[in-house]
Amino acid sequence: MLEITEGSHAVADAVGKCRPQVIAAYPITPQTHIVEALAEMVANCEIDAEYITVESEFSALSACLGASAAGSRVYSATTSQGLALMFEVCFNCAGMRLPVVMSIVNRALGAPLSIWNDQQDSISLRDSGWLQLYAEDNQEATDLHYLAYRVSEDHSILLPSFVCFDGFILSHTYEPVDTLTKEQADSYLPPFKPFQRLDAADPISFGLFAAPDYYMEFRYEIDQAAKKALSVIPKAGREFGELFGRDYSGLVEGYRMDDADCALVAMGSICGTVKDAIDEMRDAGKKVGLLKIRSFRPFPAEEVKKALSGVSRVAVLDKNISLGSKGAVALEIRDALYGSQTPVYDYIIALGGRDVRKKDIARVVSLAEEGKGDLFYGLRDEVLK
Amino acid sequence: MRELRIHGRGGQGSVTAAELIAVAAFEGGMHAQAFPAFGVERRGAPVQAFVRFDNKKIRLRSQIYEPDYIIVQDSTLIRDVNVFQGMKEGGIAIINTEKAISYPVPEGVKVIAIDATSIALQKIGLPITNTALMGAFAAASGEIDFAALEDAVKRRFKGDLATKNIAAARAAYDSVKGAA
Amino acid sequence: MAIGTGCSARPGKSRNNKTGSWRVFRPEFVHEKCTSCGMCRIICPEGCIGENEEGLPVPDYDYCKGCGLCAEECPSEAIEMKKEEK
Repeated sequence: MLEITEGSHAVADAVGKCRPQVIAAYPITPQTHIVEALAEMVANCEIDAEYITVESEFSALSACLGASAAGSRVYSATTSQGLALMFEVCFNCAGMRLPVVMSIVNRALGAPLSIWNDQQDSISLRDSGWLQLYAEDNQEATDLHYLAYRVSEDHSILLPSFVCFDGFILSHTYEPVDTLTKEQADSYLPPFKPFQRLDAADPISFGLFAAPDYYMEFRYEIDQAAKKALSVIPKAGREFGELFGRDYSGLVEGYRMDDADCALVAMGSICGTVKDAIDEMRDAGKKVGLLKIRSFRPFPAEEVKKALSGVSRVAVLDKNISLGSKGAVALEIRDALYGSQTPVYDYIIALGGRDVRKKDIARVVSLAEEGKGDLFYGLRDEVLK
Repeated sequence: MRELRIHGRGGQGSVTAAELIAVAAFEGGMHAQAFPAFGVERRGAPVQAFVRFDNKKIRLRSQIYEPDYIIVQDSTLIRDVNVFQGMKEGGIAIINTEKAISYPVPEGVKVIAIDATSIALQKIGLPITNTALMGAFAAASGEIDFAALEDAVKRRFKGDLATKNIAAARAAYDSVKGAA
Repeated sequence: MAIGTGCSARPGKSRNNKTGSWRVFRPEFVHEKCTSCGMCRIICPEGCIGENEEGLPVPDYDYCKGCGLCAEECPSEAIEMKKEEK
């Protein structure tokens, strides 16, 4: 049913319908509305879940890890400094192959302290073994939670997932979202079947020690599982589309890419503004398209290469910076296009919540045409002197 | 697409107003998007909230720089903030004020001055002006109809509080309609 | 060690590793001096000291590494460390 609601509440509604058995989260702006709503659902017996109140994000994800190992479907949500505090547990969840699903309401990392949006937080967990899906709008943010559970819990994957959506820009925005009914949700997402679980009657240990003669093999297996997700995500996304009419089979998604001369590449809510800007540029005769990255981990290099094969230049919008190097998305795109002559320009943009307008997107395209890239877009003059 | 920018101070309900206007517009069959520009979340600090209306899906995520409409919850803001910045020709500015407008207003902008504070004090008993200004917006813009606004208020507030807020919205609505 | 998904393993594997072969000195329990206080059993890092039907301590030499902590801590000096003949 199409309803107008706040992004956080739409996500909380979807998470509730995923029937998590254990929820542990610590409130932090701009994620708080999600866990408040879920706590209320648990208190009102609207969902049959155990809500564990914890004293930090480290505890929150640790509780989720234990509950997942015990065989429960679990959920958490966090952002920014909260995710940073979970760093160690994130690697353990992936290594123990526990299909935890966590919403990341993307926010900048301090210092300087910022409550506003960029994608530095989830990008900084790039190498943790978690799958990372990015949403353009609240509809996608909502739907990707169902998809994430399906993919994570697949016994050929068994890896945790981040569902990433931009803080405030999506989480605090009221817009129409088509919500699934409980029956629809159940038809897509079956009850959790753990691959193995902690059971006192049939003991097993998780996350054991591995000496140098075996550690690499464990890492190899995680990497193989993450790469397997390149085929499992499209399958689960297609099935979602067949049931509910919204297709998520694409690891990437092109917008007006046919005959595009310049391709913009972006992730998350900025894609909406980019699409409107592209329509205006197209009206003015400029052949510009967008390649939206939905799955950042695993990274669909082949799909990217294919999608960008016909363009003369690529402009990547990175809402993150690998300090001392480049934006994380641009690095991936350059790797995917290695050996081709297509120039890839990187634009670090919208860090710490700086607003992006259609004219900024047009300006980026002009810069790419002039061959000017690998820069922080829109800096104040005072730092350039 | 039409755009509304609400100027207020923290605690005056600007974000709630934006949300309820979007709910009312959506219920009226339009696509709508409402979002806040959070600054320092502190009572009294200048804040903005935004609403977009369109008959198709809204993808744009930037803040609103060239509004068709503005609502100014507190006329003292006009000293600190250029509330009229970027307003479109033919735009409508709804300003909460007790006095006549004595400052320059951009050419082509229609100003509706309304004493929403007095209405709120009379109908709600608190100087929370957002629902009265929503009523004035409904009357002046035609973007939302009053029944949809009433439903949106009822969805957010319960019982007596809803009744009082609807009364405030109604009084402002009638006052703007009567003046037109 | 086989690779278990999630770095997981069933318990009991360490039983296969008979650490008794590491021993240079073996503890010999002089039951005549023993008061059955249980200190040796508590202190043993391998947990390999059991008891006989009379409640007197008996080490499992399959796993005893000969560390000598039991002998060091025994209040009755009832445990003697003897050089292992290899």
